[in-house]
Amino acid sequence: MQNTANVPRRGGSVLTDPKLRALIFQLLAIAAVVGLGWYLFDNTQTNLEQRGITSGFAFLNNTAGFGIAQHLIDYTQTDSYGRVFFVGLLNTLLVSVIGIVLATIIGFLLGVARLSPNWLVRQLATLYIETFRNIPPLLQILFWYFAVMLSLPGPRQSLGVLDSFYLNSRGLYMPSPGLSETFGLFFAALLLAVVASVFLGRWARKRRETTGQPFPVLVSVLALLLVIPGAAVLIAGNPLVWTVPELSGFNFAGGWVLIPELIALTLALSIYTAAFIAEIVRAGIQSVSHGQTEAAHSLGLPAGKTLRLVIIPQALRVIIPPLTSQYLNLAKNSSLAAGIGYPDMVSLFAGTVLNQTGQAIEVIAITMSVYLAISISISLFMNWYNGRIALIER
Amino acid sequence: MKMVKSTLAVCTTAAVLGVSSFAQAGSTLDAVKEKGFVQCGISDGLPGFSYADDKGNYLGLDVDVCRAVAAAMFGDATKVRYSPLTAKERFTALQSGEVDVLSRNTTWTSSRDAGLGLNFTGVNYYDGQGFLVNKKLGVTSAKQLDGATVCIQAGTTTELNLSDYFRANNLQFTPITYDTSDESAKSLESGRCDVLTSDQSQLYAQRIKLAAPEEYVVLPEVISKEPLGPVVRQGDDEWFNIVRWSLFAMVNAEELGVTSSNVDEMAKATGKPDVARLLGAEGEYGRDLKLPADWAVNIIKQVGNYGESFERNVGAGSELKIERGLNALWNQGGLQYAPPVR
Amino acid sequence: MQTHTFKPDMPPPKQAIGVLAWLRENLFSGLFNSLLTLFALYLLWLIVPPLINWAIINADWVGTTRADCTSEGACWVFIQQRFGQFMYGFYPSELRWRVDLTVILAIVGAAPLFIDAMPRKARYGIAFLVVYPLLAYWLLHGGFLGLDLVPTSQWGGLTLTLVIAAVGIAGALPLGIMLALGRRSDMPAIRVICVTFIEFWRGVPLITVLFMSSVMLPLFLPEGMNFDKLVRALIGVILFQSAYVAEVVRGGLQAIPKGQYEAAAAMGLGYWRMMGLVILPQALKMVIPGIVNTFIALFKDTSLVIIIGLFDLLNSIKQATTDPAWLGMATEGYVFAALVFWIFCFGMSRYSMHLERKLDTGHKR
Repeated sequence: MQNTANVPRRGGSVLTDPKLRALIFQLLAIAAVVGLGWYLFDNTQTNLEQRGITSGFAFLNNTAGFGIAQHLIDYTQTDSYGRVFFVGLLNTLLVSVIGIVLATIIGFLLGVARLSPNWLVRQLATLYIETFRNIPPLLQILFWYFAVMLSLPGPRQSLGVLDSFYLNSRGLYMPSPGLSETFGLFFAALLLAVVASVFLGRWARKRRETTGQPFPVLVSVLALLLVIPGAAVLIAGNPLVWTVPELSGFNFAGGWVLIPELIALTLALSIYTAAFIAEIVRAGIQSVSHGQTEAAHSLGLPAGKTLRLVIIPQALRVIIPPLTSQYLNLAKNSSLAAGIGYPDMVSLFAGTVLNQTGQAIEVIAITMSVYLAISISISLFMNWYNGRIALIER
Repeated sequence: MKMVKSTLAVCTTAAVLGVSSFAQAGSTLDAVKEKGFVQCGISDGLPGFSYADDKGNYLGLDVDVCRAVAAAMFGDATKVRYSPLTAKERFTALQSGEVDVLSRNTTWTSSRDAGLGLNFTGVNYYDGQGFLVNKKLGVTSAKQLDGATVCIQAGTTTELNLSDYFRANNLQFTPITYDTSDESAKSLESGRCDVLTSDQSQLYAQRIKLAAPEEYVVLPEVISKEPLGPVVRQGDDEWFNIVRWSLFAMVNAEELGVTSSNVDEMAKATGKPDVARLLGAEGEYGRDLKLPADWAVNIIKQVGNYGESFERNVGAGSELKIERGLNALWNQGGLQYAPPVR
Repeated sequence: MQTHTFKPDMPPPKQAIGVLAWLRENLFSGLFNSLLTLFALYLLWLIVPPLINWAIINADWVGTTRADCTSEGACWVFIQQRFGQFMYGFYPSELRWRVDLTVILAIVGAAPLFIDAMPRKARYGIAFLVVYPLLAYWLLHGGFLGLDLVPTSQWGGLTLTLVIAAVGIAGALPLGIMLALGRRSDMPAIRVICVTFIEFWRGVPLITVLFMSSVMLPLFLPEGMNFDKLVRALIGVILFQSAYVAEVVRGGLQAIPKGQYEAAAAMGLGYWRMMGLVILPQALKMVIPGIVNTFIALFKDTSLVIIIGLFDLLNSIKQATTDPAWLGMATEGYVFAALVFWIFCFGMSRYSMHLERKLDTGHKR
């Protein structure tokens, strides 16, 4: 290819020069894209003008005027559409984060179970994976919500545990902690324990590097973290005051509540995604050849250390890239909340706000950009992490 | 290049499915005349207002508006094609020209009238927002709903009214918003929420859809004004007039005692000048509207007058059994009032 | 000469064969494993008997109304009564044979493609791909050549699900291949355009795409130009899916050894002939399993059209569960929907695995 330029051109036509042709082709492509973009933009502009639709982002400052079931930041109906957007965004992030954590835990357990020497466990894991990954996530969400959560008893017949946890069709109610006056002491003790642990860790590493003597760091850190704050609690009393939910009027009051929409959504999403993660984990572990295990054993590493220092680091390299796309899928699938009325960004902002204001283009554009931003940040983070653990070839 | 390819693919798909229609640029009236039917946006299922029967025919008070327009234009009430729309889609569908008229229990508000580039042509049902609760709660007034969980349909004026009402009365509430009224009803039934709020007409419709309707009551309070009416695009005055006067013709007919059964005789008898003007026997009022002279006769013959339509769809002749109330004629204590044809 | 006869082999020790040994090997090989087995058995005991009781033993199978469901288990009468609606939506019942015929034609028409010995498979396949859509459109939509028009607003149930999935993949494939080629092009402008396009559609959720196509597309088009609601949804699905197809195809293109490109160039083939005759046939063959997997994802995603109010299988079922005559049938409805989706997706994923084994021509490096 590189000596095309030196070959004397036959015919000499300008059109047969591959470089020139490529240039013309690209210019045409750019022109087409720009033309199409302009055409759509122009149409939209004309349409908006002709139909007298107001455009622009000024509506974000208008008063929303409706209530929202779950908001992580303070919100009242007198707040603006802009704030509604943040409420929705935070709700989306909440579902995504809880979902990702749960799905990762379930997925890793299942992935390991798929490789278990135990036949029964292996079969059960396979059954789980084949069942849940072949059913649309929306259907699973609807099932968990309409068939499971909504068929729980009403607030007056709640299923209670220890008189402080209640499960009913309005959600899961649980005690919420508040600070008592002795919390300062407790916090100081906790801080002390953490600082001590850090120093202990450093000292232990130094000792191992110089003398080769191992030190049971994990156990001692756990002991530190338990004993020092524990002593503070014993001396000064309980640092936290728990508010227990109680039935008053129509609902339980006090404590924390997980609304059923949130429970159904996170359950369905994590169960669905876990099936995929399990397969990724299995493939990752299988990709580490058995020789690695044998080599580690012959070096005298015990089973736990073999897994932690040899197998997992190598398996992770295979696992991380597909795992990233599963996380992305989960974040995107959280938009299915619209099906059950969980106030996530799509149902709240692209649903209610769009409908109240009629600003379809602006609202959808904002929503799509946010998802793009979430996608890009998750992949950037995972790329960075992947780069950190990647094999450094010498 | 690839974008061009994609557009090409898109266009080809559309062409293959053959559903693209290059209709008009400009007047809706001309476009409708040319294609020979009225494209009407209706609700995706609301008993009494617009719903499909077992055979897939659309019926209801809102549907009758569409049929009246078709009867006025073409002398044939069946020349309508329906587009069932969700609450979210309805305005864009109208703005974009996908439907010619939107007759979908839509509340007339200033922002919709002015900000969305739409025009409301009149009011075919005066509604108000109410509450539906389970009798077991022992609630008799909306004022006792402090702390309640309320089910609503997302993106409606009801959502805003509800907030206003609770705020004005210093009450707390938790809203649960669903996309469709069916979901809200299911949620009320399961006890996820204590109360369902919606336009009163819809509450009655929802109630008959519950497993045990007798266990639920509609509270007496009406907390808002909800004038529901057909909507057209702004800046299309001829078309606006036709839709507006099709509805007025039905109301006028009821006031003048013209019904679907006596319209032919009334059209011949020239004794009453009001009737004669309405039915085209006197003057050329149809021509002003760019309609045939017997436009009103066709509406009344095929669709009925407003009273007939009301009774058949939501009143005594239906399962809903809603009283005329605000929707009675002005001379019978209601609000339905149409300007005269002259 | 003395002959030496071997004694017959001794049977292996009892502990190494038979049920007991298998149990010991696979279920009770240690304390931890034994505990796991017991736990798994407990789980099974917790789940399976009630499930069987509900779904089979205590279920009602015959009847016509809700009143016929007298036992505590599932009420399959509901599914049976609404089966037609779940399959065809509001498609006029006297015209349902047209849907059936469309499906039968698809099966009969596509069957030769799965016979290995079939001659001229490629030519037949292309002919099928050209003729069948027209035929299917005529049968389903009608409105010309003597068939009555059935507007798409009456399409529904599994029919609509299959239509969306089939049109979606048929439209996304060519577009995706073009995008993949563009992404690997030498021309920077083309590459940038394709990468942007692909990454944009892969970054946003399908719901917002469907929203956009149903709510915003009309605003993008010149006045008076309108698409049917289903077509708008299809456009959204195709654009969205093409990005995923593009990534799968790119994987295939990358796996083709460089020698193939060089050999094709050495033969004097131009870009399009090199791609069309040498690279794509190999690459596409390699990514068929990947494409089937994309199709499975698409098939599951069709259920999202519920959000824009199309009556696919899931929405038909959801609608039926709100019928006052059949209240409280949500679980039965969802289980049925899950079963239908599962059968399709599981079947396809098995097929994809089978293909993966069959098509493995050793290019993987």
